[in-house]
This record gives sequence, C-alpha cells and structure tokens, in this order.
Amino acid sequence: MLVIECPWCGPRSEEEFTNGGEAHIKRPSKPSALSDEEWADYVFMRKNTKGIFLERWSHSSGCRRWFNAARNTITNEIAAIYHINEKPPKEIS
Amino acid sequence: MSRPLRLSLGGAIDRKKPVNFQFNGRQLCGYKGDTLASALLANGIHLVSRSFKYHRPRGIFASGTEEPNALVQLEVGPRTLASHQATKIKLYEGLKAFSANCWPSPAFDLLGILGFFHRILPAGFYYKTFMWPRWGWKIYEYLIRHIAGLGYCPRQPDPDRYDHMNAHTDILIIGSGPSGLAAAIEASHSSARIIIVDENSKFGGRLLSDNSKINNKSGPDWAAQQESILASNPNVKMLRNTTAFGYYDHNLIGMIENLTGPITGVKDKKRQRLWKIRAKQVVLAQGAFERPLVFSDNDRPGVMLAGAIRTFLNKYAVIPGRRVALFVNNDDAYRTALDLNAHGVEVVVVIDLRKEATGVLPNRTISEGIEVVEDAAITGVIGKSHVKKIEVMMLSEDGKSVQGEKRFFDCDLIGISGGWNPAVHLHSHTNGKTVWRKDDGVFIPGKTLQNIISIGACSGNFSLQSCLKDGWTAGKKVVKLTGFSSKKTNSPKDTENIPEQPWRNIWIIPSNAPAGQNDKHFVDQQHDVTAADIQLAAREGYQSVEHTKRYTTLGMATDQGKTSNIPGHAILAEILGKEVSAIGTTTFRPPYTPVTIGALAGPYTGLLFAPIRRSPMHYWHESNGAIWEDVGEWKRPWYYPKRNESMRDAVARECLATRNSVGILDASTLGKIDIQGPDSAEFLNRIYTNNWENLEIGCCRYGIMLREDGMVMDDGVTSRLGKNHYLMTTTTGNAASVLAWLEEWSQTEWPTLKVYFTSVTEQYATITLSGPNARLLLEEFTNDIDLGGGAFPAMQYREGTVGGFRARVFRISFTGECAFEINVQASGGANLWANFVNAGEKYGITPYGTETMHVLRAEKGYIIVGQETDGTVTPYDLGMNWIISKNKDFIGRRSLNRPDTARDDRKQLVGLLPNDKTEILPEGGQIVSQLQATYPIPMIGHVTSSYHSPILGRSFALALIKGGKKRLGQTVHVPLVERTITCQVTSHLFYDKEGHRLNG
Ligand SMILES: [Zn+2]
Repeated sequence: MLVIECPWCGPRSEEEFTNGGEAHIKRPSKPSALSDEEWADYVFMRKNTKGIFLERWSHSSGCRRWFNAARNTITNEIAAIYHINEKPPKEIS
Repeated sequence: MSRPLRLSLGGAIDRKKPVNFQFNGRQLCGYKGDTLASALLANGIHLVSRSFKYHRPRGIFASGTEEPNALVQLEVGPRTLASHQATKIKLYEGLKAFSANCWPSPAFDLLGILGFFHRILPAGFYYKTFMWPRWGWKIYEYLIRHIAGLGYCPRQPDPDRYDHMNAHTDILIIGSGPSGLAAAIEASHSSARIIIVDENSKFGGRLLSDNSKINNKSGPDWAAQQESILASNPNVKMLRNTTAFGYYDHNLIGMIENLTGPITGVKDKKRQRLWKIRAKQVVLAQGAFERPLVFSDNDRPGVMLAGAIRTFLNKYAVIPGRRVALFVNNDDAYRTALDLNAHGVEVVVVIDLRKEATGVLPNRTISEGIEVVEDAAITGVIGKSHVKKIEVMMLSEDGKSVQGEKRFFDCDLIGISGGWNPAVHLHSHTNGKTVWRKDDGVFIPGKTLQNIISIGACSGNFSLQSCLKDGWTAGKKVVKLTGFSSKKTNSPKDTENIPEQPWRNIWIIPSNAPAGQNDKHFVDQQHDVTAADIQLAAREGYQSVEHTKRYTTLGMATDQGKTSNIPGHAILAEILGKEVSAIGTTTFRPPYTPVTIGALAGPYTGLLFAPIRRSPMHYWHESNGAIWEDVGEWKRPWYYPKRNESMRDAVARECLATRNSVGILDASTLGKIDIQGPDSAEFLNRIYTNNWENLEIGCCRYGIMLREDGMVMDDGVTSRLGKNHYLMTTTTGNAASVLAWLEEWSQTEWPTLKVYFTSVTEQYATITLSGPNARLLLEEFTNDIDLGGGAFPAMQYREGTVGGFRARVFRISFTGECAFEINVQASGGANLWANFVNAGEKYGITPYGTETMHVLRAEKGYIIVGQETDGTVTPYDLGMNWIISKNKDFIGRRSLNRPDTARDDRKQLVGLLPNDKTEILPEGGQIVSQLQATYPIPMIGHVTSSYHSPILGRSFALALIKGGKKRLGQTVHVPLVERTITCQVTSHLFYDKEGHRLNG
C-alpha cells in the first residue's frame, strides 16, 4: 500500500487513488491519418517497464485531479510527482 | 504417586486462577497464563495430532509461532477455527479443542494404521498425479479432501465481531525481547511517537524463557520493569497479543491483535482487531527460531526443541519430561540441561555433534555430573507414540556416517538444537535480501529499501549482550532518523557474557541405513516432507529452491517452514554439491502467521458491507410491496406484486397498464451529470459518436459513448438546458465511471476546453409517466408548461411547475409510449409521486419496476448497456449506424475502421422469436445454426435479453449472432440440457416500428 503525495492534497494512502496506466501517451490529433498499426499502437500497446515508470494517477476519492508520477516498479519508490500536463522532471527522464 | 508435572514456584502463570478446558472431550485444568500447549503438557499430554500425509502421531515440538505439529481445531460450531497451533492459543475458561487429522482419536488412528498414504503420496505427488489419467485424479482428490485435510471450516456465519484500526507512528518496534525492549526504552527518551508490539501477552520475549540476568535482575523482572517504564510514557503505545503478519510498501505493517477468547459471550466485545500501521522507521526485533536436527524418526512425540523445553520450564513452570536426553550442535542448548538439572529433572545424556564440547556451558554441565557424549548422533528413536529410548552411535571422521557400538539411553523427552535461524520473515516481505553467513550457516537480513533496522537475534546477533547493545544503538538511531533528539544514556552492559563455541552443522544426521530406507528423517513435519523426498526431487532434476519447494511442498504448510526451510535448503545444496547461498532461498510472503477472514473483513459485513443507496421514493415502494432489484449500490423496485400475484403476472399487468393507459416509474437512480462551460458542446462532440453542435436549447438527444477501442461504453440522453449548460444522463450502474471518464479526458487530454462536470444524481427525484394517458395526467399538475404534442414534441425539454415543485420535464421515452420524465428536487419526490398515484387512480395508474421497464424497452429493440453489450460490441454491431457521425472525430471512431471491427461476420444484434410462443429462452443461452450429432456444435452467438411480451402475446428475445444482419428469417437453435428451443431470426424491433405511439 503506497503513500502517494497528491499535488493538491498532500500525502494520502493509495486506497484513495486510481491508477491510470502509462503517462505521456498523447491522443493522435488526426486519428484518421494513422495506419491500423499506428492506431493500434496508441490504443493497445503499453510499456511494461522494470524500473522508473511514468504513470498517471487520479485522486479519485479525494480532489479528483489527475497527476503524473514516476514510480520504480521494482521497489515502488515514487521518485517524482508532477502535474498532468507537465513533462517529467529532468533528473528522472 | 509420581511428582506433579507443574513446578510449585516460578513462571508467568497465576496458580490462584485455575482455568478449565476440554481437549478431545476430556475435561482438564490449567492456569491463567498458560497456552493450550503448556496446559496439555502439564496434564501429561504430548500427543496432539496426526501428520498430514502419513498420519504419524505428532506431539508438541515447539513453544510458539514456529510449531509445525500441534495443530488443533479450536472450538465448535460457527466459531470454530482450523489448524490452530496449541502453542499460540492462550488458555481461557471453557476452551474446547480437538486434534487435527485424527480419526477416531490421535492415539488410535485408523488411517495411520492403513499406512496408506506412504505409497500414494511420494514427493511431487501433486505434479505426478496430474499427469496420470484423468480418472486417477478424481480418486485421489476425493481421498485427499476427505482424509488429509488440516481441519474444517465453520458452516455458519461467524457470530463474533472484528475491528479495524489505522495508526501512524514515528517508530514501530516489532518484538519485545531484550533487543526490542532496549530499543523502545532508548527511543522513549525522545518525544517521538512509538508503538511496540509483541505477539505474547507479556513483554520480554526470550527473557521469559531463559534463566538470564540483567543488571542483577532476573530476565522476567527486568522485562517487567522496562514494560512499566514504557507504560508510563504517553508517547508509547504498547500492543500485546499482536502479531505483525505482513510488511507492505512504504512501511505499512499489517497486524492482528487478539482481543478476547472466542467464547467470552460478552456483547460488543471484539474478537480480533486488524491494525494497519504506517511507520516512519521500523525496528525489527522478532528474534530467532531454533533449528531442528534432521535425524532418524525425529518426529516422534517427545522430541522437542531444546529452547522450547526451557520455555515450558521457566515461563509456564511445566516439566515436559522426566528423563531428558539432549541432542545438540551448539553451546546454547546446554542451558536446557542446566535449567532442567536445577529443577531436579534428570538429564540422561547430552549428545553433541561436535568433535569436542569444551565451551563454558558444556563444562558447567559436565561438572554437574551430566554425561556428555561428543562427536556422536542419535541414530534411532524407540517408541512409536512416545519416545522411550534412543539409539546413539559415534560419527565417522567426516560426519557423514556412523560407526562403532550402539548405545541406548532410556528417556521420555529428547531436546534438540541445531542452532538458531534469524526470523527474517518481515524483512523478506519487503523484498529485502538475505545474506548467507557461512560461519554458522544462517541467513541474516541484507539490503532493503524500506526504513528498517533489524536487531538482535533476528539480525543474527544471538547473545543477550549483543541483543541489548543492538537495541540501545537502534533506539538512538531511529530517534535521529525520525528527526527527534534524545538524551545521553549508557548502554545496559551488566549482563553475563558467556563465550560460546561454534556450531557444527550436519544437515542430515546419518543413521545405519540411508535416509528414507528403514525410517524417516523429517524436515518439514507439518507437510511430512522428509530428507529422502528432497533427495528424490534433486535426482528428478529439481535444482532451484523454488522448484523443489513446490515439488515437495517443503515449507508450504501453515507454518511456512519456520523450522524446516533452512535444513531443507541446506540438504538440497549438499546433494547438488553447491553452497546454500548459490541455490538461493525462498521468499517469505505475507502472512507471517495465518490471518482469519473475519479480521480482514472487520466490521464491514452485513449492512456495512456496502452502502445502500435509496431513491427519494424508496419508502413508498417499500410500503407498496415492491420486490427489490440491486442495481449497483441502488435498491430499485423490480416489480410490485399484488397479493399472491406471481412475478410473471405482475409484470404482465404492469406492462399492459403502461401500454394501454399510464405507468409510473422511479427513474431517480439514472446518473445525472451537470455539464457547464463554453466548450461543453465541443466536449460532447468528442465524447459522443453523434453531433452536438446543432442541438438547440430545450432539446434532448440520445448519445452513445465508446471507449477508444470502438466498443460501446455507455448510453443516455443529454439535454441542452442553456447556452453553455447541459444535463447528461447515464445508466444507473455506470454513473460514477462515466463521470470519471469525462473528467479524465477533460483534465488529461483537453485541458484547454472550458467545461466542468458535477454529479447531480442525488439532487433530483425523477418520475417517469409513460403511456397514452400520461399527458392527460400530467396536465392536471401543471399550468405553465404546454404539454400538447405540437408545443412539446418528443426529445424536448421544458421547465415549469409540476405539482407545486420547480420541475424539469423531459419528453424522453424508454418504453416506446408517450412519456414524460419529471425531475424535481429530491426532497419533493415522495410527495409528488404519491400525488401522481392518487390523481392517476382514474386511469388505473400502475407503478412499474425494472422488469417491466426491460420488457417494454426490449419490445422496442432498445439496448441496455451491459446486457446487449459486454465490452466487445460496437455501435455497428447493434445496428446503430445512424448514430455514427461521418464528419467529425470522436473517442473510438478510428477503431471502428480497424479490420477486426469492420468484419461483417461479427456478432450483431437481432431479434429471436421462439417457434413455441410459450418458450422463454434463457438469457446467456448459446445459439447454433444447425443441430448435429457430434460435439462440439459451433456456436454462433448468445441470447442477451429474453422475456414474455404481454402486448405481443408471446415470448421474444434479443441476441447477438455472428453475421446476424444476414440471417434474418433463418432458423436457429438454442440447445439446453433437457431440450432444444428453435427460433426464427427477426429484426430486433418488435412493437410499434413506426414510432406512432412514442411521438403521439
Ligand atoms: Zn488530491
């Protein structure tokens, strides 16, 4: 059970959050211009990272805001938390 | 008369408080402070259970959590608990316990006499049996389930109450032995918040078992003194009878506190409490488990760990045997000889594996006149149901075989010690590494990423002096790490520090024949895994510890191999000719000890299991005989039977009344999301498949939303209330997930769109009037809304006053009849509903429930998300091409052109009419196109909705069938167990195809 620091509410137990999977997957601006393969890559394919993973969380039982986190999938350490529309901090990426 | 088995003085029991209990129906007596195990031993009972596989008689082997053998079924009826360790059960008045695995009794066990299991259950029997012909497994499964179980579950609901507690602390100390106590005392000089827990009712750990001295005080006295110092400190919380069973991420520790015996009968008392403690720093001081020696017939009742003998003697004042032999590989076990001798118990002999026993403690033992045989081993145990005699031989030079003359010693108790294993379990839960310390052959805690300091015996520092020093140092350290400051104190040094000679590890003690030939060398007593089993696994190619563990089930019993893992791994390593560190160790996983489902469920059972959501009209439905249907958390009226009416009759009556006059439905549970902001229309355009930019104020539109993979996610009607103001409705069950879906897209993908969402489901009561007389009835209730078909057509919305309440009225129909959905403030719902029912009496107004709603909508071919769809259905599959906009993008659109979603043999929505009009197809029934003699028959689809239609006078169904659009008019079959239903494929519109009634 992680402790996650919501950028709006502070540290809270994982129970209050919903994981939203891999972060920084931009919805293509012109889906119709994409090949089937490119579109399937956007819809279905996700990284299964060992180590630092950039992922989305929603404070669903709190302020209901989405944000990004950099979590080590081996240790579950959270290396950084940053706003949903921000790039990951330099020291992470 | 022989001397009693209870000492007249000493121990942590209260001789003034006798406690009566029953074991296998026998009435017995112990004292307050006893465990079931100590009380049984005081009554001369060693034989407690039979082993899992071979049904060998088993006795009390240990004195605590590590006990593999003495398992009992505790209590009877709904409070019964299986596989409970007698060594862990605190004795209470009226306790009832029964032997596990024994039939008819532990002393006379039919199954054991059959000797049955030895032949059918070799190592790896789970694997091998599965490879046998299929019929074989049925037989073995039957046998295993009926005979070899470790206990049984209660058949009735648990009548006891359980509790959950969350806590945060700066410092958590697990274990209250010398190191844990020293750490707590030291840390308590700061203002840090401290929680210290121990699984026993008294603090002190090993100090209560050993005859040691600290600062000239006896171990128990020193522990009691520290306990009272801690108790007077308001920063320190002490949890007794509490076992830390799991160490989870970010320093969250799960614990179970045992609060009362299970049959106290006191109302409102809790049986157990689950603690979830989040700590900044954790000190692990869990101690160590004594290691058994793997020798011939080492499972006989009367074989006991040497340290456990001291515990029974010193802590419970029980003499577990009158003539004791010890079999050891270390100096520490000589303490048992000295303590027994001090209490006048005869120590027959100490057999020491080491070439010479020259340490301080062996010398003291010899000087007290006790025979010590060096460089020797026990090679056999005589006495089937209790130890009577041991056979002893000298070891060969390499310790791998025995030689010389056999010697025999009469005894009734064998104390064994192969050294100690640090209890690295909680450390291991954190993915912490363990390091093999070659000198004495133990795994000690290595690196971990959690905030842990392991101290004392659980870090491999076994001596009392090093435990105290560890505690003192750790106490200082955690205070600093948590940002507090502490006082200067001195390390408690004043303990007897007796140097000890090294252990000698011989993992399989040799006997006359190779292990497994004439007798058994048990490694895991609870799962009956022998040294020969591990050898067999190695011969059959299992080289990794993890594989051997699964193959032999070593360490997989309820004790999780607390005593057996290390000897087992070492034996495997020896056979493979490798270092123990090279074959690795298995990972300990939570729970450390079994956790009851009751504690995990806590108070959240019955009415507290999940919240119940009730509509504003709930109590009207209740008092008018509604039968409930659970829809998500909501209670919805399913149907309203009159007197003895059957469900089918009630639904038929409700359907016809609605079609012929007027029905009234509580639709308050539908999700309602208020959407505002200048970009609302643009946002809806992206979420829904159809166009929203041209929806005028006062108009409503049906919409379908897809997931990005093109599959239908939800549907509902959205109305435009104002320029930048919309009201979206969702299905009852999906309200929360649709709101989350909207928020997700708006925040993560389109943060520049100005649009805001608020759930208003519970703010409004929604009453639907439906049927040809709906308009007439509603007209009586409003004079500021023109309800005429021309002024207020279908799929429009008006605001006004209805029955004295401000109301939003929508002409939305889910029945195919002319219908009005009236939304008023929630508090007005019950009143308005009752007024409608009263005023509608002249029309025979009929309240209808979800079942009638389903029949009426299915007659019209309207889908229900989650019934006609299952996450694999596109709007094209549903024949809803009309709702897909061709000139804009929306979520899921691109996926509709993927080759798989564009296939024309996908399952498509059709109607089904059974040839026999009275046959109602079962929902979920599989559909085939042709009946044939050979199986399997290819399945082409399934029934999604199926009802009797009162207005059509026949049964009908909706179904998803492969290439269904091309099958209209064909005959298909639904084979059931006892019969087959033949049907015609039709359009999914069954009633009023032109929509005259709806628009009228
Ligand atoms: Zn928050």
